[in-house]
Amino acid sequence: MAEDVKGGPVATDDDSEQLAAIASLSTSVEGSCTLLQRMEICVAEAEKRSGKNAVNMQETFTVYLIETRSMDAMADGRNPAPDSLWRRYSEFELLRSYLIVAYPYIVVPPLPEKRAEFVWHKLSADNMDPDFVERRRIGLENFLLRVASHRVLSNDKILYHFLTEEHSWKEVVYETGFQAKADSRLRALSATFRVRNTHKRLMDMKHYSDELQSHTSQLLRARARVADRLYGVFKVHGNYGRVFSEWSAIEREMGDGLQSAGHHMDAYAASIDDILEEEEHYADQLKEYLFYAEALRAVCRKHELTQFELEMASQDLVSKKQQREELATGIVRTFSFKGMTNKLFGQEAPEQREARLKLLEELIAEGEDTVKDKTVECEEHIERAWEDMERFEEQRDKDLREALINYAVMQISMCKKGIQVWNNAKECFLKM
Amino acid sequence: MSGQTVPADFSGHMLDLDEDEDLEVFSKNTSLADGSSMPNSPSSLVNQYRLEEDEEDQQYASTKDIFITVDNPESHVTAIETFIMYRVLTKTTRSEFDSSEYEVRRRYQDFLWLRGRLEENHPTLIVHPLPEKFVMKGMVERFNDDFIETRRKALHRFLNKISEHPILSCSPHFKVFLTAQELTSHKKQGPGFLSRMGETVRAVANSVRGLRSRPEEFVVMQEYVEDFSNKVSSVDKVTQRIIKEQREYVDELKQYSPTYIQWAGSEEMLAEPLKGVASCVERCGKETEDQIQHMSEVLVPALHEYVLCAETLKAVMRRRDNIQAEFEAKNEALASRKVDQEALQEEVDALADRVELANNALKGDWSRWQSSMRHDLRSAFISTAEKNVEYYEKCLAVWESFLLSQRVEPMEQRDGEDVS
Repeated sequence: MAEDVKGGPVATDDDSEQLAAIASLSTSVEGSCTLLQRMEICVAEAEKRSGKNAVNMQETFTVYLIETRSMDAMADGRNPAPDSLWRRYSEFELLRSYLIVAYPYIVVPPLPEKRAEFVWHKLSADNMDPDFVERRRIGLENFLLRVASHRVLSNDKILYHFLTEEHSWKEVVYETGFQAKADSRLRALSATFRVRNTHKRLMDMKHYSDELQSHTSQLLRARARVADRLYGVFKVHGNYGRVFSEWSAIEREMGDGLQSAGHHMDAYAASIDDILEEEEHYADQLKEYLFYAEALRAVCRKHELTQFELEMASQDLVSKKQQREELATGIVRTFSFKGMTNKLFGQEAPEQREARLKLLEELIAEGEDTVKDKTVECEEHIERAWEDMERFEEQRDKDLREALINYAVMQISMCKKGIQVWNNAKECFLKM
Repeated sequence: MSGQTVPADFSGHMLDLDEDEDLEVFSKNTSLADGSSMPNSPSSLVNQYRLEEDEEDQQYASTKDIFITVDNPESHVTAIETFIMYRVLTKTTRSEFDSSEYEVRRRYQDFLWLRGRLEENHPTLIVHPLPEKFVMKGMVERFNDDFIETRRKALHRFLNKISEHPILSCSPHFKVFLTAQELTSHKKQGPGFLSRMGETVRAVANSVRGLRSRPEEFVVMQEYVEDFSNKVSSVDKVTQRIIKEQREYVDELKQYSPTYIQWAGSEEMLAEPLKGVASCVERCGKETEDQIQHMSEVLVPALHEYVLCAETLKAVMRRRDNIQAEFEAKNEALASRKVDQEALQEEVDALADRVELANNALKGDWSRWQSSMRHDLRSAFISTAEKNVEYYEKCLAVWESFLLSQRVEPMEQRDGEDVS
């Protein structure tokens, strides 16, 4: 009888067994070294394809060429051609969804954005735009490199299949049944509100992830607006180019100087396109960490959920034990339906009581196992999550510091170009 | 510039100029100024240009025997109106001036009077324009500080341009303007309002009649004036637009740098570099504001002046045309009338002389004006380009110092307590 069981559905023994099975299926023999150390991976190209989609309509999409080469073969001096296969963005998404379910304690690297966000005026929001596709190619490669160099993730067999089996991969990943194991949003949300004892470190991480998301998105928005304005400033100088050229035609002595100055103004106006395209790479680096914030939050949510499930299982156990006590001693401490019917219709027969008691004992034994398992699950999750969070923090500090330095380098390059252009213009004006 | 051949593009050499070389050549200015043996090195060629620019200044400088400043705007309140009085200070060694120094107070209306008289007496000379009466766009108040300062600078330039003009600076009106304590009595004398009215009526009448044929050189001049007017207005507009875009850019920068600081608040290791970037963005924003200021103070007024000059030129061309038209009209009358031939003939001769005088005056002034225009705009553009180079150099330094701070840090971390 399960009426007295409080709370939502909890993870049964079957569930945790299956999850463990997934994990064991996923790990290969070599545990300590990462895939990237054994294999060279890159996303070499992007191509447009046409095909019929799920509802039998013609669509155009982009596929990306993944090339892999064994490090051993390269070390031996052989230089084999790389193995390669084509993958769509949606397949990358599938891989990532799988990784999140299979490794809920890992901050799984994010994919490059699905749609162009933080777009400034002249930047294309079109997913088919070649610049966007190119940046996405780089982002997908980055994703694979991060996953393949992760101490835990890189040993996943599904990942290996993704990189090596073009056609059978999807079947294999669906066979893991991971989609069924994914936590429902509703369950997770409920847990967030109802959980009582959460681990401080993980909760701090949750607050940090909120701030990271907020700060990076504000920064990206502001940067996009600055880029827009800077674009305007440079392009208006192109008008100088046009007018100087026209003006030079009516001047005798000033003509040459004006004309050549005009050319430099045109060059100045044109230079902004490359400058801002390069800055988009900086924006992509920041976006990666914007999306990492979501990955962090997922780990924290998983903690809240497992902790909540543990609390529910413990509570359930306590209430079942209480029921057993009541049955055994006949003293009703808490309200129960059975108690009411007993009062109204008289006590049940001793055989019935015995049967119920026996069932209850079984349920209590089960419940104790559940609590034990859940406790282990919780503790393991916390331990592993903490470890990966430390790894993440170290990686983040290194990556973002590098990104900021690169940004400074870009600014310096822009300044040097500016100095050159205006010195050139000055020389032309001197000739006037 | 003398007709020296100039290599098409020696910009590559330009950037490597040795400062000391400049100074050396400057001190030997006489030999190069003769246009004798042309040195071959690119750097000395540059110095040649610099020198010639200074030569023009020197022309003015060496012959400059009158120095005028306009400053010290003061508000004057009377029962009827409020207006600004400017101090006009003159220092001169010219013999026609009784004293060597004069200080008078003048208002905008007085400048208008002076210019009017100069134009009247020299209808086909190019008299430098005055700043406009009021600014239409932006609804600037008449007594706004920026407006007054801009006007003061323009009035200063106006008087100096007049003083540099070989003919206009000898005008008695000019002298009176600079020296008389009370201008009102002088304003009432002589042909004034009525004669100006008369001229306008005549001008309208003549333009209705039309011009026979304009001499070729004035046709060319007319075309040039039209084109010049268009081009200079365009450059002026482009410049205003650039300033507008720069201002909006600065506004966005001001929103941008705080986002780095906010983020720094939730980071540990990254806090310092994030704040570093914020500070760089802020400083670059300030440099941009500086650059905008410079453009507004140097390039915009210079261009604006020549937009007004273009209008002046158009007016001068019209007046020349009218003088010619008047002569042609009388000449026709002479041909058709049989009586009063002698008297008419005298008039026609006088008008013919007038035409010739007017044409010669304009021709003479034309090249002087062109050279002056070239000098003024060239120097404004050069100044702007220099400021832009300076702007980028300063921003470069800002970002480089950030990079330096980042390169040093990891070493300090590795050394632990040992900070070298």
